[in-house]
Amino acid sequence: MNDAKNAPVLEVKDLSVQFRTNDGPVYAVNHVGFELGRGQTLGIVGESGSGKSQTMLAMMGLLARNGTATGQVLHHGRNLLGLPAAELNAVRGDRIAMIFQDPMTSLNPYLSVERQMSEVLELHRGLSRREARVRAIQALDAVKIPDAKRRIDFYPHEFSGGMRQRVMIAMALLCEPEVLIADEPTTALDATVQAQITQLLRELQRDHGTAIVMITHDLGVVAGLCDDVMVMYGGRVMEHASAEDIFHRPSHPYTRGLLAALPRMDASGPLVSIPGNPPNMNALPPGCPFSARCRYVEERCVATVPLLQHLAPTSPTLRACHRPVADLDAMEAADV
Amino acid sequence: MSAAINPAEIAPAGRSPWRDARRRFLRNRAAVASVVVLALITLACVFGPMLLPNAFDSVDWNLMSAPPTRAGWHLFGTDDLGRDLLVRTLIGGRISLLVGVLATLVSVTIGVVWGAVAGFAGGRVDGVMMRIVDMAYAVPYLLIAILVVTVFGRDILLVVAAIASFSWLDMARVVRGQTLSIKSREFVEAARAIGVPTWRIIFQHVVPNLMGVVVIYSSILVPGVILTESVLSFLGLGVQEPMTSWGVLIHDGAAVMAATPWMILFPAAALSITLYCANFIGDGLRDALDPKER
Repeated sequence: MNDAKNAPVLEVKDLSVQFRTNDGPVYAVNHVGFELGRGQTLGIVGESGSGKSQTMLAMMGLLARNGTATGQVLHHGRNLLGLPAAELNAVRGDRIAMIFQDPMTSLNPYLSVERQMSEVLELHRGLSRREARVRAIQALDAVKIPDAKRRIDFYPHEFSGGMRQRVMIAMALLCEPEVLIADEPTTALDATVQAQITQLLRELQRDHGTAIVMITHDLGVVAGLCDDVMVMYGGRVMEHASAEDIFHRPSHPYTRGLLAALPRMDASGPLVSIPGNPPNMNALPPGCPFSARCRYVEERCVATVPLLQHLAPTSPTLRACHRPVADLDAMEAADV
Repeated sequence: MSAAINPAEIAPAGRSPWRDARRRFLRNRAAVASVVVLALITLACVFGPMLLPNAFDSVDWNLMSAPPTRAGWHLFGTDDLGRDLLVRTLIGGRISLLVGVLATLVSVTIGVVWGAVAGFAGGRVDGVMMRIVDMAYAVPYLLIAILVVTVFGRDILLVVAAIASFSWLDMARVVRGQTLSIKSREFVEAARAIGVPTWRIIFQHVVPNLMGVVVIYSSILVPGVILTESVLSFLGLGVQEPMTSWGVLIHDGAAVMAATPWMILFPAAALSITLYCANFIGDGLRDALDPKER
């Protein structure tokens, strides 16, 4: 393996997002960073309002008007933040593509699927409408839409939810992007369709080597698809580790809480919800954002923000918690 | 896969939202009947004067202020100068319908572009553009129309311009409001994420979604514009004699209503029927394109 292959496709450094609102500034995302290599899948999990989606929107330059992003989003070393619209448009949809949560609303109801798909190729590849159509049909075939030749002329309302999400995926993959950002791609779908879409993403990734950033609050999807997992809470990274470690050796109280709240086939223990609600982003506590709900809370948790640090000097796992893992284990054992 | 494409495969097979709307519209009998009647009136206005023996400005010295008669094809009678009222009503209809359609087209075009850009751009651009609309609202349109006509003379295109200069304002407001709600829909964000430039998003992605509202609003605008033209003509600001419009005919007829009622009756009936039809069509379109039904 050479360096070029190992160099990250996408590198996010110290990304923060701030919104100006009438109630004062809201710090939606704080000092988030990660690297994404070719063909790698990163899952970002967290409750609603934890800043997962805003992180992705900031990367794509899609923040709402009152939002500003600071830090760096490096695509092959080039910072995407603050890039002029024309240059950003050349990257979006071509090298980095995005799938949205609700396939019912993310396709334009007044344009045929053919029109919407060929537009991508006209913009980024300069293809003629005819060439684009042929290419788009192939893309629909690739996501297993039966009878793509005919259905490409359909309008979005003639597709079912799962089919629409397939169309969205086909559209996102038209230009064979290096990075695919999927913002809760399966949340709005039936369980069986969810599994199909997850399977589809896995196959497409294998075939094209696309790196995927998967935003989700479904840990099942994470387990099935992701290499690495980043757990976010209150706009901060709580823990960043391999999927295996997250599920088998969670090191952060919040991650443990999430897993305890997840129904499992192989364990018979009761489901435990995390007490309390996600923090009000207008008034985050001065310390750890999770301190108000954490059962292992100490004085210093409330006073100072824990830094994101390696669990051990040699461990790839990053965690942001004042209390050592041994403390957590001891207290958990005492509870039972 | 072969590169050659069979033309039959290119023919659109999808059921567009427009096709659904058309199907719903065709089920509305009043609206369909109105389309037929309006089409007949339009055809009569366009071709009638060519087929009838009388000219709109020729005087029949033997029959002045004559009631409707078959003699000399004066089916609607003649006016006080002995001109055939049927032909004059049809010619007047040409002018009224032409002004109605032209002024509507102009104001729809300006209004859609203005409203969509203002709504989509938002912020300061939106503020400035909509304040301009507010200021234009404050100007009394009759004053402008009178000014334009006195300064530049009486010309049908000037009448169109004068009417369009204020009737686009409502359209701009309606379109802006609609744009604001469409702007926040997810597919606009999706288009951005694909890398579609802003102008293309406005005119390729947002405007097609506005068309329902625009069509409905235009169907309300057409009768309003025709009525405005009639008002202007009634005040002597419209087309110049011997050319005429429905408004002019009604104006002239109103003066001699007691003695020769047919002089107001026929033009007024033509105008009323047209307005009724336009309103029914507007209703039908609104039902057919109702966003709630989708």
